[in-house]
Amino acid sequence: MPEPGTLDEAAVRAKVRDFLADHDPDGADRLDFLRARFDAGLAWVHFPPGLGGLGLPRALQQAVADEFGRVGAPDNDPRRIGIGLGMAAPTILRHGTDEQRRRYLRPLWTGEEVWCQLFSEPGAGSDLAGLATRAVRDGDGWILNGQKVWTSSAHTAKRAILVARTDPDVPKHQGLTYFLLDMEAPGVEVRPLRQATGEAEFNEVFLSDVRVADSDRLGDVGDGWAVSQTTLMHERVSIGGGMVPREFGEIGIVARLWRERPELRTHALHDQVLRGWVEAEAARITGARLTQQLAAGQPGPEGSASKIIFARLNQQLTGLEVELLGAEGLRHDDWTMRREAVVDFFGRTPVHRYLRAKGNSIEGGTSEILRNIIAERVLGLPTEMRVDKDVAWKDVPR
Amino acid sequence: MTDLLYSEVEEALRASVRSLLADRSPLPAVLRRAESAETYDTDLWRALAVDLGVAGLLVPEQLGGAGASAREVAVVMEELGRAVAPVPFLGSAVVATTALLGCLEPDGGAADGGSAAADASPADPEIAAKLLAELARGERTAVLVVSFASRTGAVTVTVDGGRLTGTVTSVADALVADVLLVLTEDGLYVVDVSDPGVTVTPVVSLDLTRQLCDVTLDGAAGRLVAAAPAASAAVTSALLAGSALLASEQLGVAMWCLETTVDYMKTRRQFGRVIGSYQALKHRIADVWVDVTQARAVARYAAACLADGDPDLPVAAALAQAFVGPVAVRTAEECLQLHGGIGFTWEYPIHLFLKRAKADSIAFGTAGANRAALADLVDLAPPE
Repeated sequence: MPEPGTLDEAAVRAKVRDFLADHDPDGADRLDFLRARFDAGLAWVHFPPGLGGLGLPRALQQAVADEFGRVGAPDNDPRRIGIGLGMAAPTILRHGTDEQRRRYLRPLWTGEEVWCQLFSEPGAGSDLAGLATRAVRDGDGWILNGQKVWTSSAHTAKRAILVARTDPDVPKHQGLTYFLLDMEAPGVEVRPLRQATGEAEFNEVFLSDVRVADSDRLGDVGDGWAVSQTTLMHERVSIGGGMVPREFGEIGIVARLWRERPELRTHALHDQVLRGWVEAEAARITGARLTQQLAAGQPGPEGSASKIIFARLNQQLTGLEVELLGAEGLRHDDWTMRREAVVDFFGRTPVHRYLRAKGNSIEGGTSEILRNIIAERVLGLPTEMRVDKDVAWKDVPR
Repeated sequence: MTDLLYSEVEEALRASVRSLLADRSPLPAVLRRAESAETYDTDLWRALAVDLGVAGLLVPEQLGGAGASAREVAVVMEELGRAVAPVPFLGSAVVATTALLGCLEPDGGAADGGSAAADASPADPEIAAKLLAELARGERTAVLVVSFASRTGAVTVTVDGGRLTGTVTSVADALVADVLLVLTEDGLYVVDVSDPGVTVTPVVSLDLTRQLCDVTLDGAAGRLVAAAPAASAAVTSALLAGSALLASEQLGVAMWCLETTVDYMKTRRQFGRVIGSYQALKHRIADVWVDVTQARAVARYAAACLADGDPDLPVAAALAQAFVGPVAVRTAEECLQLHGGIGFTWEYPIHLFLKRAKADSIAFGTAGANRAALADLVDLAPPE
C-alpha cells in the first residue's frame, strides 16, 4: 500500500470504488454518507489526511468527483455552500489552529454548517481595509459591534468569516483581526437587502455586542488583513476562466432568440448580435487559453482580465436581449421581494437578467479596482496615492 | 480545445526573428526607408528568408521547405508586426505559398468538370512544386495578385491563348515580387514580372511599411498552375490563411503599442508625477491590456485551426479579423493619444504602427465584412 501522498489517478479511483463498496450510496443517510466520505479522505483530496483529504494534488479531485458522480452518490450541494468551500475552508486550513481545523472543516464540507462572509460594510466596499466593525477584548473573548453588508447566504448560514477592527490607533491595514463567528450568537441580526431586481439575494448583518471566544480568532491579533488576503485570493480564483462550449451563457440566449424569432430582426440589431457573438467567442477562447496556462503551470495575469470581460459582456448582451424583444422586453414576471439563496440568472425574465447583470461589475471587486490591479500589478504602473497609508485609522476622515 | 500556448520551439524562433529585426531593422531605419525610393527592405527579406529560413516554413520538407506549421508562421508574423518590418513575408511566404500548395494536386477539387478553356495548356503541378522550392530557398518572391482589401478574390483578368490582360489594384507585396499568381476564369496562372506585358505601379499607400501596387497585365504570358475550380479553391484557402495569420501580425502591432505606451507612462512626467500614476490613464491602458490579452487568444486560435486543418478555420479566421483587427487599431490609437504631442510627430514611430493597424483592419475584408461572413457561418442570418 503506497503512502497516501503518492497515489496516482488510478489508485484514487480504486480508493473511491473501495469506499463505495463499503458504503452503498443507495438509500444511505445523506449526512452519514458524506461524513464517512470526509473521514475516508475523499472530500477534497488536496487537503491533508485527517481533514477530509489525502494530501494529493488538487488535479486528482476531478477523478474523485467523477467516480462519486458516476454512481449518483449524494453530494454536499456545493452551490449552497460555495462560500464555505471556496473561501472559508482554504483560509481555515492555512491560518487555523489544529483545533479550529478539526472543529470546523468537517461540518463545513458536509454542508451541516453553511458559512457566509462578513467583510464588506456600508463604509468599506472597495476600501475593505477601512472597515469600522469593532472587536474589543473582553476577558477570554471579544465583543463585536458594527454592520456588514452584501452578505449572501447570511440567512441560511450557521457560521461566518469576519474581519473586524481591533486597534483603531494604527494605520488601517495593521489594526484588523480575523474571526470565526457563530451566526446564531445573541446580537447577530440578519436583514434582507433588497436589490435593484426586487429580490433579496444578499443581506445586511447587524452586530450588537456579539461575543466571540478568543479561540475563534483566526490568526494573530492585528493579522486580519493578511488572513483576509487568503480568502480574497481564493475568491478571485473561483471567478472567470474555464472551458465552456461555444454560445455558452447569455450569448446562447441571444443567438437562440435571433434564430427562432425572425420577426424581431432588424439590420441595426443584426450587427449588435454579431458584435456580441464576436465578443463572447473572444472571451470564451481567452478563458480557454487561461485554463491551459494554469494547467501548464504558467499562472499568467490573464485571470484579472476575465472578470472585467465577463461583466462587460453580460451587461451588453442582457441589454441587447431586452432591446431585441422590443415590446415584450417591457414586461417582467414579478417585482415582489423574493429571498433567493442562489440567484436563478437564466430562469426568469430578460428584465431580471438585465438588472442582475449590473451587479457583475461591482460584486467580488469592481471593474475599476480590477483595472487598478492590472495597471499596478501587471503593467507595473505606480500605485494609487494612499493618503490614509500612514495615518491611524481613527484619524482618517470618513 | 486546441493548444493555444506557445511551444519552446516557437519561442526560440521568436527570439531569433526578434534579434535579427532589432539588429537589421531598427525603427528609425524603417521610417527613413518609408520615404526612400525602395520602401521594401530586400536585404532584410533575404536575411529572413535565406539565413533564418522563414520563407519556407509552410513548404514541405520534400520540396526544400521547413515543413513547419501555421503556429510557427504566426509567431514570425507577430514579430514582423512588432517591428512593422517592410518585407513581403505575408504576401509570399503565407498567401502565395498557400495558394501554390493548393495547386500541387492536379485535380484537387476539380474532378467534376472544370476543364480549362480549350486554348489553354493543361495545368502543370510541377510548376507549383518548382516555384515552392524556389520560394522556400528565398530565391524568388511571389505574390497572389488580389486586392489587399479582398476577402474572397475577384476575377478581373481575362486570358486568351495563354496571354493575360487586366488590372488588379491595391496589391500588397507586389513591389518586390518577381512572380505573380493571377486568377482568371480559366484558372490560376504564373506570370513573370519581367514579362513586357506586366506593369507594377506603386501607389501612395496609407501603410508606409507595406506599399501597395496596381498590377496591369497587357497580354502578359502566363503558365497555368491550376485549372478552375481547383484554382479558386487554392485562392480561397490562401486568403483564409492570410486572414487567419494577419491576426498575429495585428497582435504584434498591438503588443508594440502597448509595451511602448506603458514604458512612456512610467517615464513621462507632468504636474510633478509620472503620467502612469493618473488613474484616468491607468484605466485606459488596463483596458488596452485586456483587449490585447483577448486578441492573443483569438489569434492563437486562428493559427492553431489553420495548423490543425480544423473545420472551424473559416469561423476562426473571420472571428480573428472581426476581433483582432479592431483591437490593433484601438491600441494604436490609444498609444498615440497617451503619448500626447510626441505621439503625433513624424519623427516618433507610432504613426507607422497606426497606419499598419488601420490598413490591416481593411485587409482581407473589414471587421464588418467578417462579421457578415460569421452571420453565414454560425447561422445568425440577417433580416429578410
